[in-house]
Amino acid sequence: MTTAHEPTIPPPRRLRPWNAVERRLAKVGISGRVLVLVAPVLWLLVFFLVPLAVVFGISLATKQFGRPPYSALLSTEEGTVQLTLHLSNYIKLFTDNLYVAAYLSSIRIAAIATVITLLIGYPMAYAIARAPDRWRNILLMLVVLPFFTSFLLRVYALTGFMRGNGVINQFLGLFGIEPLVMMQTDFAVYVGIVYTYLPFMILPLYTTLVKLDTALFEASADLGARPARTFLSITLPLSLPGIVAGSMLVFIPAIGEFVIPSLLGGPGTLMIGRVLWDEFFTNTNWPRAAAVAMAMLVVVVVPIMLLQRAQSAVVEK
Amino acid sequence: MRRGWFLPIAASLGFAFLYAPIVSLVIFSFNESKLVTVWSGFSTKWYGELFSDPQLLGAAWLSLQIAAISASIALVLGTLAAVALVRFRRFKGRTLFSGMVSAPLVMPDVITGLALLLLFVAMESTLGWPQGRGMLTIVIAHATFCTAYVCVVVQSRLSDFDRSLEEAAMDLGASPLRTFFDITLPIIAPALVSGWLLGFTLSLDDLVIASFVSGPGSSTLPMVIFSKVKLGVSPDVNALATIIIAIVALGVLIATILQLRARPKKARG
Repeated sequence: MTTAHEPTIPPPRRLRPWNAVERRLAKVGISGRVLVLVAPVLWLLVFFLVPLAVVFGISLATKQFGRPPYSALLSTEEGTVQLTLHLSNYIKLFTDNLYVAAYLSSIRIAAIATVITLLIGYPMAYAIARAPDRWRNILLMLVVLPFFTSFLLRVYALTGFMRGNGVINQFLGLFGIEPLVMMQTDFAVYVGIVYTYLPFMILPLYTTLVKLDTALFEASADLGARPARTFLSITLPLSLPGIVAGSMLVFIPAIGEFVIPSLLGGPGTLMIGRVLWDEFFTNTNWPRAAAVAMAMLVVVVVPIMLLQRAQSAVVEK
Repeated sequence: MRRGWFLPIAASLGFAFLYAPIVSLVIFSFNESKLVTVWSGFSTKWYGELFSDPQLLGAAWLSLQIAAISASIALVLGTLAAVALVRFRRFKGRTLFSGMVSAPLVMPDVITGLALLLLFVAMESTLGWPQGRGMLTIVIAHATFCTAYVCVVVQSRLSDFDRSLEEAAMDLGASPLRTFFDITLPIIAPALVSGWLLGFTLSLDDLVIASFVSGPGSSTLPMVIFSKVKLGVSPDVNALATIIIAIVALGVLIATILQLRARPKKARG
């Protein structure tokens, strides 16, 4: 079909309101981009970036009685402004064995739990990626469903499972096996982390595994490689971004975990999230808690950068 | 690929591990005895007890309100952030912006909670706002981390869809704003729904951040549950958990069905 009439088509009248709005905004120097960016940028600056700066500032103060319970950094006295920075909190972090031990033990617990999660999550992700089409979405939904269910309630469910007279011990009792002590041990903390963070491991692994070209496996098999060899030299290296992304998604939050060690762990389970919590709520030493948070931030910064690189690799492939 | 026996068995064990504790929790919510782990007969009395506990009901209502408001704020902010990240290839401070958007996803809760509390306290002493802590401060805190989740969900939908639809609208004379509301928004609507639901459930679930930024008299549901659970296992928590799990399962089921329907049918090879 060809248009017989004049080629210039006047814009439909309905468009006017939006055009007018935009023209008016442009007059004050506001472009569409600024309009889109202004709200999220301001919000995140004020409620994400500035708070971290405030934490840093208060970590350089000392505890004192009153409201707020920390010393002011800036003081004015007879016309001179004085800046007082206390390094005592950071010095304490390095000299007090409690903090050093808590950091090391958090990293150890998070690392071990991450490896266990990977060992359980990888076969699951692989099985889902190789499942028939119509099964795949259902299986994925089954993985995601617990993630949507309350984290706190899932940890609670585990306590009912592992208690002295819990489901596992009653089951073992049927075979005449003595009840095991599982609650309030580091073992329970491992189980708790693996149990609650398993979906975070499976999803990125699945995303990389499902995109692998099956022709590669066939080629490898044709060339005489056994399944184990194919897995080690083809599947595993190609799924590395998924492994890194999944591991970091478990490792980073696990380091700062508070709920799991306090509900499942024993008094000897030292984790830095719990130390920070006690410092704040029990000792009301806000500057010390802030210093603990800054040190924790340093510990997670490298894993966060690793995660960002791995995630862009997962998405792009 | 040859299918071995290893994968199906590993996957089944994995799913059993994921679901066995939940299933046992649901079963024991119908237990008559106060002992949560010894079965003594079917009863729904713990559900009755639940609905006559004013502290629990009040906390639940507060949590639902906070979740709805903060998910809605996060929906707007997260969508705007996603549009900026997907559509604006280059602008000043893009790296910082994308870092700020995604960092709350992995930031340990104790740090986020402490940081926001210290901010609120510092703001109150210098600006006089916000006065005290309570629902408002919890909403602000939740909206901040939910924004990150909404942004991720909307981002993936935005980068998936065919941009030529937007270009066609603009060629036909639609302004950018009109194109956004008439073309872009309807297309990304399913992502908006799932982003909002995600924010809602995450807010409903948060214990640590809320504990830091809440004030006296504004205990959320997870805070009340946590203090109950610390004292030991109690059957009314099982009942509450069962109700929450049922609602969530229904929600996820509906969302999944909607997403599967909304997705254009691909040719299956």
